[in-house]
Amino acid sequence: MVKPAPAPVPGLTPDFGANFGAPDQVGGAMPDIATVWNWLGQIPDPEIPVISLTDLGIIRDVAWDGDTLIVTVTPTYSGCPATSIINLDIETALRAHGIEKLTLNRRLSPAWTSDWLTQEGRAKLEEYGIAPPQSAGGPKHCPHCKSTKVEKISQFGSTPCKAQWRCQDCLEPFDYFKCI
Amino acid sequence: MSDALFEFACRMGDNTLVLGHRVSEWCGVAPVLEEDIALANTALDLIGQTQLWLGLAGEVEGKGRDADALAFRRDVWDFRNVLLVEQPNGDFGHTMLRQFLFDAWHLECLKGLIGSSHDQVAAIAEKSSKEVTYHLERSSDTVIGLGDGTEESHARMQKALDRLWPFVGEMFVSDDVDAAMIAQGTAPDSAGLRAPFDARLSDVLGEATLVPPEDDFTHKGGKSGVRHSEHLGHMLAQMQWLQRAYPDATW
Repeated sequence: MVKPAPAPVPGLTPDFGANFGAPDQVGGAMPDIATVWNWLGQIPDPEIPVISLTDLGIIRDVAWDGDTLIVTVTPTYSGCPATSIINLDIETALRAHGIEKLTLNRRLSPAWTSDWLTQEGRAKLEEYGIAPPQSAGGPKHCPHCKSTKVEKISQFGSTPCKAQWRCQDCLEPFDYFKCI
Repeated sequence: MSDALFEFACRMGDNTLVLGHRVSEWCGVAPVLEEDIALANTALDLIGQTQLWLGLAGEVEGKGRDADALAFRRDVWDFRNVLLVEQPNGDFGHTMLRQFLFDAWHLECLKGLIGSSHDQVAAIAEKSSKEVTYHLERSSDTVIGLGDGTEESHARMQKALDRLWPFVGEMFVSDDVDAAMIAQGTAPDSAGLRAPFDARLSDVLGEATLVPPEDDFTHKGGKSGVRHSEHLGHMLAQMQWLQRAYPDATW
């Protein structure tokens, strides 16, 4: 499904791009792919802002098709409400960098897996208090006190991608990023 | 042949839409906070899957209807969900037993669809099966916990099973649409999902100390759209009123 490039976000003038640095695409120049990846790596996940969209592993491809930039994104969970916000954030950021022709593609297959979280992303999650996913199906240890005595409270947590666990030593509840 | 694919995609999407809406009715009123969150998350997954299935249906149909148009502007007789999912929630145990019966079928069905010859069907199934694996794990655990729980919870779960059992068979009925899907390699035979479903049912119900009724009578008519139960119309009246009262409303 190709989403047509929507109208510019109201109120988003090039000056507004100060948040993201000054517009880089001057006079229609096409920034190289690595630069675009770098920009995308600065966009925080709207639900878990300590990690970026590239940490999350949901940006699957960045490419130029003529003078149009194609960014391919995969959803984490099919009903995740953050998906539309993520698309809006990508668009806002890239337009602030001066990208004029932009298409966002949705790719379902291969389905997103928590294995695509970067090592850096996993470390940031843990530091933030969210236990990163483990293939064993549960957290390695409590992200607060590092105790391995932990128990599951519920398979579902505050967002579709997380479950609720509790530490039996420090007694703090914590989020566990589910392994899928 | 695209008619059969449209019908098939509507069946998949209407199952997840109707059950997703039913489960969302618990939002804010579940017995404990964790269950409220879990139910809301399950509903969210199901509605997300609905967008994919009904989006595909609209594309296949080619008449300009998108997932929203199909969800909110069709009436009861155009819905193709099985009767099980439109049944009212009842108490929490009843809701979770209904969820378990559906999840057990749903996961087998999606596992079969991952190998579909139709790329989009296979992709939606691959994505959904990851979510449904979690749904089934949770609904199985809850059915076991409540079935093999107190005298009161056991009695309620057995009553729910007796009440819902006549709606199980419809999930495995094969018709012309299924035949066309099998012929194209799009979907597996619904009837073939029964054996693995029964095996799982027997494990979970055994552990839950619940006994399915011996009578295998099956209500039918939801999947074919011939005859829905009286409950669907009431549910749609609530689900669709805004989109019907204010067509194309945005916010």
